[in-house]
Amino acid sequence: MAKLNINGQVVEVTAADDTPLLWAIRDHVGLTGTKYGCGIAACGACTVHIDGQAVRSCSMPLSAVSPDQKIVTIEGLSPNGMHPIQVAWRDLDVPQCGYCQSGMIMAAAALLAEKPNPTDEDIDNAMTNICRCGTYNRVRAGIKQAAANRQG
Amino acid sequence: MTLIETTTTSRRAVLKAAAGLTVGFYLPTGAIAQQPAPAATPEINAWVVIRPDDTVVLRMARSEMGQGTRTGLCQMIAEELHCDWSKIVTEYVTPGQSLARNRAWGAFLTAGSQGIRQSHDYVRRGGAAARIMLIQAAAEAWGVPAAECTAKDSVITHAASGRSVRYGQVAAAAARLTPPANVTLKDPKDWTVIGKSVKRLDTAAKTTGALVYGSDLKMPGMLVAVPKECPVFGGKVASFDASKVSSMPGVRHVLKVADTAVAVVADTFWQAKTALDALPVTWDYGPNRAVSSQTIEAQLREGLDAAEAFVGNTNGDARAAIASAARKVEAVYAYPFQNHAPMEPMNATVLWTPTRCDVWCPTQNGEAALAATAQAAGLPQTACDVHRVDLGGGFGRRTTHDWLIQAVNIAKQVPGVPIKTQWTREEDMVQGRYHPVTMAKMTGGLDAQGNLVGLHMRISGQSILSYVFPTALQNGRDPVQFQGLNAGGNDSQIGYSFPNLLIDHAMRNTHVPPHFWRGVNHNQNAIYLECFLDELAHAAGQDPLAFRRKLMGNHPRHLAVLNAVAEKIGWDKPAPAGVHRGIAQQMGFGSYVAAAAEVSVDAQGKLKVHRIVAATDCGVAVNPRQIEMQVEGSFVYGLSALLYGACTVKDGQIVETNFDSYNVLRMDEMPPVETIVMPSGGFWGGVGEPTIMVAAPAVLNGIFAATGKRIRSVPLKDQDLRRA
Repeated sequence: MAKLNINGQVVEVTAADDTPLLWAIRDHVGLTGTKYGCGIAACGACTVHIDGQAVRSCSMPLSAVSPDQKIVTIEGLSPNGMHPIQVAWRDLDVPQCGYCQSGMIMAAAALLAEKPNPTDEDIDNAMTNICRCGTYNRVRAGIKQAAANRQG
Repeated sequence: MTLIETTTTSRRAVLKAAAGLTVGFYLPTGAIAQQPAPAATPEINAWVVIRPDDTVVLRMARSEMGQGTRTGLCQMIAEELHCDWSKIVTEYVTPGQSLARNRAWGAFLTAGSQGIRQSHDYVRRGGAAARIMLIQAAAEAWGVPAAECTAKDSVITHAASGRSVRYGQVAAAAARLTPPANVTLKDPKDWTVIGKSVKRLDTAAKTTGALVYGSDLKMPGMLVAVPKECPVFGGKVASFDASKVSSMPGVRHVLKVADTAVAVVADTFWQAKTALDALPVTWDYGPNRAVSSQTIEAQLREGLDAAEAFVGNTNGDARAAIASAARKVEAVYAYPFQNHAPMEPMNATVLWTPTRCDVWCPTQNGEAALAATAQAAGLPQTACDVHRVDLGGGFGRRTTHDWLIQAVNIAKQVPGVPIKTQWTREEDMVQGRYHPVTMAKMTGGLDAQGNLVGLHMRISGQSILSYVFPTALQNGRDPVQFQGLNAGGNDSQIGYSFPNLLIDHAMRNTHVPPHFWRGVNHNQNAIYLECFLDELAHAAGQDPLAFRRKLMGNHPRHLAVLNAVAEKIGWDKPAPAGVHRGIAQQMGFGSYVAAAAEVSVDAQGKLKVHRIVAATDCGVAVNPRQIEMQVEGSFVYGLSALLYGACTVKDGQIVETNFDSYNVLRMDEMPPVETIVMPSGGFWGGVGEPTIMVAAPAVLNGIFAATGKRIRSVPLKDQDLRRA
């Protein structure tokens, strides 16, 4: 049994130690906004925050997560979907199919927290998530708009 | 925020997770599909329901997979319905409902970039008929002629008496009226909604994690199945030892599925996957064990010079003209297998009982999914239904239902229990339905002045139709093979007039199942033709754009998009230092597209695409911003294919198993895309696919300009791009 602090709540998960955090979040805790895309930390659809850092939860076993680490999923990013990244995403119509977008948004939010005014190179380095529909240019524009709005 | 409801029979289900967090979402519940729609939601017609609170429910037969068809179709209906845009919600109708109503909603197929172009007429008529009935209901209540009433933003007004009423107030009365026999649609010049870049209706839920995809579905008592098919196509299960895993945590069933697969059913995905990985299975690989990429290439090469071939397009005598030409140019091109690799791996949730089978899944064709379900379930279609959810990507993969049939075959073995069959990414990669593999031998003849006197394009390779719809072959010939190369027609016509032309196809099929893949056969056909024309232009010492223009006099729409990108990229001016340009055009899916690329290749052979200019003439532009998004997305998909996309075959199996070996384009490689939307009116072309076909040839031609090296085989990851 593992204790997890997810979106400000402490939950107990009965699952094998090698269960990836992704599947604990999806199947045991029941939060399905965090997506399964590859299972090998290649695509980023499963990105969550652990103590503010963007982490690919599909490759993080439960045994590596301690109860005092604060996990935030897309559902807990903001109380009402009003994080500047989410607002910019809606403003620019960033998502297409949307499946990768929870991970994109979590990666972008972590980037913005670390670098309030990211350069294109910062964005390239931080945003290695895969999108097959092809939203990259709007993701970039969305991050810049969110940064500008926060500073404005 | 706009609500998106997923089916007419949705109900709000709130499940309390074991950990105490409460998760709510719309759960489409097919088991209650027989329930009538609530009486308080009058249906004006098949497409339009108006609720007393003025909510406008528009019904969707086509599926949303990111391409924006939901919003575009709502624009069509709303243009004629004159409803309040902010009051629109949408719902998917089920193929079972459509079957029961004599196919009231027409085709469900969402492929070939035809969601809007094939249904714009009847959905607009649905909107117009509903408006007429709503106005008539108000007019009858007021005792005034309907012709004196007008409707705008869901409000009907009788100006002479100063009265007005909301749609929601008269919807019940309108629903009882006889539909109008004749409906006149607006003149396009009067459109106010079609042609506007309205925002998508479904964005909000995609920014909060609230949108429920097939993978996210939950039902009381549901179990999760993780399957594994024989990795060699055509092989079977020889044996497996369930006892080795049946006592592992959470495992409920270890199953053989239709002789070709095994599956573990457990409480959770991870438990099922863990047990499946540990399950000893012996496969009977069958006759295809010895097939490899090398044997397939040899098979295709033989076809390049074979005597027998199906003719796709011909005029004059190309062989003779080339034989007597002052100069002959010849080149062999190749295009590999590729996986669709949508971000959401295949999945379907099935509840089977001896008398009924309900399915919840992302599909690009609800009706085909219903037929597949019924057949696999051993039940009539009337005892089955398919409840759609939005797709986490489709790209053609979800027009075929091998994964659904498998899910039904699993659920049949666990009657009365909802089973979610969820593929791993690895399974998705090796059990795909692949972009067909082909090669082409291109031969051209130039006269002494550098004019093209004859062109022979011999395609050798896989036919999609021969695998998917063999009954659609024309005396053995696959007409889809010649996309973008046809002499006529309004779908995929060649953009050049050649004095002597022969385009033919030596069909060489393999055991790897081919399928429609975003852009389909245009992807390779455009590379073959557009890169070889570039070769001919250089051989003739002519500018590639000028060389093309001479052949395009009879093709004004093709030429217009080509000219548009040439002008915007500044073709007649020098490129920035170290940067080189390539250009390409093609017609497909009813639209004309062209692209110009600016690229550079450094001393180590690393490619950088600096800038893309793309033009689209899709006739009617329903939502220009959506078109821009599709054009940008087409470049991501097309450049992913160009840079990385190849599935190889060893020992009869697909080698690439995940995004580590099947890489795709990411953000750092994505060029800026400048999109020119230039609708010339009078026809309805697609937008989801056409631009893909020019992405690769424009960049490949730019690489030649940069390096003097002609790349004739993709992907580029396998090529040395250093200057020749």
